[in-house]
Amino acid sequence: MSKLFSKENKEVFTSPLNINNPIAVQVLGICSSLAVTSQLEPAIVMGLSVTIITAFSNVIISLIRKTIPNRIRIIIQLVVVAALVTIVSMILKAFAYDVSVQLSVYVGLIITNCILMGRLEAFAMMNGPWESFLDGIGNGLGYAFVLVVVGAVREVFGSGSIMGIQLIPNGFYSAGYMNNGMMTMPAMALILLGCFIWAHRAYNEKREAKK
Amino acid sequence: MEHFFSLLVRSIFVDNMIFAFFLGMCSYLAVSKNVKTAIGLGVAVTFVLVITVPVDYLLQTKVLSENGIFHQDLTYLAFILFIAVIAGITQLVEMVVEKFSPSLYAALGIFLPLIAVNCAIMGASLFMQQRISMNPATSTQAIGSIWDSISYALGSGIGWMFAIVSLAAIREKMAYTDVPKPLQGLGITFITVGLMAMAFMCFSGLKL
Repeated sequence: MSKLFSKENKEVFTSPLNINNPIAVQVLGICSSLAVTSQLEPAIVMGLSVTIITAFSNVIISLIRKTIPNRIRIIIQLVVVAALVTIVSMILKAFAYDVSVQLSVYVGLIITNCILMGRLEAFAMMNGPWESFLDGIGNGLGYAFVLVVVGAVREVFGSGSIMGIQLIPNGFYSAGYMNNGMMTMPAMALILLGCFIWAHRAYNEKREAKK
Repeated sequence: MEHFFSLLVRSIFVDNMIFAFFLGMCSYLAVSKNVKTAIGLGVAVTFVLVITVPVDYLLQTKVLSENGIFHQDLTYLAFILFIAVIAGITQLVEMVVEKFSPSLYAALGIFLPLIAVNCAIMGASLFMQQRISMNPATSTQAIGSIWDSISYALGSGIGWMFAIVSLAAIREKMAYTDVPKPLQGLGITFITVGLMAMAFMCFSGLKL
């Protein structure tokens, strides 16, 4: 058991959560993180879907990594990911129909999500199944963390609610407070992401300086 | 004919792949440091789009749908088939570029095969899938024939190229400005793209 959770494996799992965060540091998976975060609920569902798909595609590719011919490597990876995304998209349509309509095209676009291809090429092709699984979960959760932060800010300031529950009391509205309509627009998501990266870098540089 | 041009102009400005839907951001952010490579990549992406979207349209209507040759609803295979078509055509484009323009091939490097996983291409195919079911009489976005799909693909590609070239031009100039250290590189690029996206929102009132 101690070998499963050895020091290296723990680091494989925790580094994508902060220092090697897929969105803020590796610059992967930007497309979907901007589009689905106008409300918190789709952001959470998207984050969970990407975590599950990354983890399992990492495991599958890691299991067959020694038998894939080099020339068709990308196509095999894409087909494995496409099959997993088809399954997840059907599960979402069956159990969470409203969210899947909100996510619309972006569930299918998980196939081309750079995080998946990036981790498959950089990690799963060269490491065993358990480490690849941890790496997939770590990167997926790092991605989900950024999505949840941006989604929460956008929903609270853009619609005054969280997960559909009204947060800002009606008294504020009659006193003149207005929802920031810009927050629900795509453009604001980019600016928020830029500010998140700024904060993330500043925070990490302070930690480095303290060490 | 009117629908062809209206789809074309709408997909360049109103439904711009980058500023409205954020598709294709990864290679967009990485290649936009230099205007010449940005133009080269934009042309390659447009070319791949114009070939793949009509092929996927034919696949969707003639093979996967219930009226197709198998007479069964096979749309669950759409993801796998679309991505296989995109990967195949990207390989073809790579071979053509290597033969006819080795300097462009060397300049683009790894980003040419990465067009296969460019969200913009898969996204255009998936949006096209959605738009087939729209009624052409009531919606300006509907895709009713293969010419509409070609116009949509061409417009999306030109819009993407427009976005990447303008960002490359701005970033070239930003290399000489005084940006705070944690904001350098990625942070300021995001804020710039956000401002450009805000500017593009003005096109949403276009009545075409």
